[in-house]
Amino acid sequence: MCIVPVHTESAEAVRLAQGLWLLSWLAVMCGAFVFSLGVYLKIELLRRAEVMENTEIHVVPNILLLVGLASMGTNWMASRVCQDSMDMSRFPRWKVLLLAWFAVAALLCCLLVAVVVLSYALQGRLEESLKIGLRNGIRFYKDTDVPGRCFQKETIDRLQIEFRCCGNNNYKDWFEVQWVSNRYLDLTSKDVKDRIRSNVDGRFLLDGVPFSCCNPASPRPCLQYQLTDNHAHFNYEYQTEELNLYARGCRQALTDYYMGLMNSTGPGVLSVILIQISVIVSLRYLQTAVEGAMALENPEDESVGYLLEKGLKETFEELKAKVLDMVKLAQVDPTTSEVSPEAQEAEKGDNATKTPSPPPAS
Amino acid sequence: MPLMPVKFTLQKRVKLAQGLWMLYWVSVIVGILIFSLGIFFKVELRKRSEMMDNNESHLVPNLLILVGLLTCGFNAFGGKVCHDSLDPMKYTKWKPMLKQYFMAGLGFNVVLLVVALLCFLMQFSVYLTLADGLKYSIRFYKDTDTPGRCFMKRTLDMTQIEFRCCGNNNFRDWFEVQWISNRYLDMSNDEVKDRVLSNVEGKYLMDSVPFSCCNPGSPRPCIQHHLTNSSAHYDYDLRIEELNIWTRGCREALFSYFSYMMNSIGALVLFTILLESTDMAGLKYLTTSLEAMADPENPECESEGWLLEKSVKETVAEALGKVKALVKPNQVQEGEEGAAPAT
Repeated sequence: MCIVPVHTESAEAVRLAQGLWLLSWLAVMCGAFVFSLGVYLKIELLRRAEVMENTEIHVVPNILLLVGLASMGTNWMASRVCQDSMDMSRFPRWKVLLLAWFAVAALLCCLLVAVVVLSYALQGRLEESLKIGLRNGIRFYKDTDVPGRCFQKETIDRLQIEFRCCGNNNYKDWFEVQWVSNRYLDLTSKDVKDRIRSNVDGRFLLDGVPFSCCNPASPRPCLQYQLTDNHAHFNYEYQTEELNLYARGCRQALTDYYMGLMNSTGPGVLSVILIQISVIVSLRYLQTAVEGAMALENPEDESVGYLLEKGLKETFEELKAKVLDMVKLAQVDPTTSEVSPEAQEAEKGDNATKTPSPPPAS
Repeated sequence: MPLMPVKFTLQKRVKLAQGLWMLYWVSVIVGILIFSLGIFFKVELRKRSEMMDNNESHLVPNLLILVGLLTCGFNAFGGKVCHDSLDPMKYTKWKPMLKQYFMAGLGFNVVLLVVALLCFLMQFSVYLTLADGLKYSIRFYKDTDTPGRCFMKRTLDMTQIEFRCCGNNNFRDWFEVQWISNRYLDMSNDEVKDRVLSNVEGKYLMDSVPFSCCNPGSPRPCIQHHLTNSSAHYDYDLRIEELNIWTRGCREALFSYFSYMMNSIGALVLFTILLESTDMAGLKYLTTSLEAMADPENPECESEGWLLEKSVKETVAEALGKVKALVKPNQVQEGEEGAAPAT
């Protein structure tokens, strides 16, 4: 019993091969697209690697890179199979590889689905990583003289300007750290000494933010210092002031950016999956049609192409039996030679058996 | 005596036609490139038009767009002629148009030369427009409540951040204008009143700059205010401080950006002139070798192709003669009868 039999005449088979050749080259382009998507995502993640604590999120672009390359290779192979399918002498050499090809192509589809799922699932981990990375960045903002951290200030400033954000959750994160280096503090000044003594850790804390938090769209020149003091500035009320600084936190801004990137690639990846599946199905039809035609004496006759030789259930049972056989063979190896003649005798219904051994269950 | 004659066999003719066809399509792509660069240039000018007081001249990008389209059309036609040249049936319908095509090609090359020159020379105009425009921008920075100018502050801030520059010539331009609106000045405060009274025009002048002048690469948090007072800040010396704010002026920064763009486009247009000349020379050889075939029925025959029928001098003299004839129609009849037996 066949599943979805398709009667193929020679002309139809040729059309199928041609169509599939075009489709497989389209799939190669899609593989290149997936690869370039992976490259782009990886570069964007690496650019901001300084504010990310771990690289767990990199699994998404890594899988995209791998799948892109593998898919280009497999679909190129599919196009070669198509080219050879019309030539009876060259087609048989692909016979052995085709089963492996189907397995690899199915694996690629599964990986692509996994990528789409992962890009949503890893959002929480990304936020955690950004939270810790940004916290460290803000803490080490002032350490422009410490080797290894001297560019932290520039990185955070450029990040805040580019993503229009301030601090980790909001601008108040800057009130909790000392972001002015001691090198630029006049420690003999009374004001400075008071501030340092006013907290347990001896840090110079301000209710001020760096200039990179300033919002250019504000109608008034930027107010950076004494932000919680309404009387320090004319016509200023910090509770209602919205435009002076960026209101969004950088963690939120970066998460939104990366989620946006990965979501916008979602439809592209899904369409690549669809194209790959159609290549697999078409190649299966072509393979069975050509093999059927080769088995016939007259190649001009009709041959039937199909997806599966038997029904879905039967094929599954057969597969299960094969796998079990392979597993059993590995286990029962030393007694195989004794088991098979006994099995035959048991089947024939003989009663003389010297060595009691359980009949193999099949 | 023809100029630079070359003998062509059938093989050579076919190869010439094919190579020329490829070259024409390369020229079409170059035409598309010029067109898109023209659009890009126009968009960039529009984006920065507030910095130039909306006074900028769009002559160059408009010309580039036009020239790009003309190049595409011109070379597509040439490609079609090449494609049909080896088929005598199709070639006959193009034959009468060829003379005009070559004249048009010559004129087109002159136009391209003019456009290239404009690309290089209009940079001066851009420089002057920028100088004026930035002066007004800095002056209107504070007018965020005046309709028509309310986005000047944002545009100028974003420009200073993007191009890493401060002020017109340098940061001191900010000391000469009031860039804080009166709405945010406490006029009852003595200090404010002193500053306002200290100059003739009653402007609130400071030795400070806006935050967009700050350089993120500075190791210390940005110092915006009291820039000329070394004692106002701890460990600060204005004469040696280089990293605190951007030292470059925005006019220089914007000009170098536009100048780079215009120079590259000018170079591309010059390259197009070269390409066009090569195309026309090739087509001239092809058409003349096809016409010179002794036996049109037999394509295998050899023929000679040339660039000009006579030498350069004679061709120029003939062209001048024709122009004179057009200009002086009354004297034409006698001149023609005399000239005909002579040539």
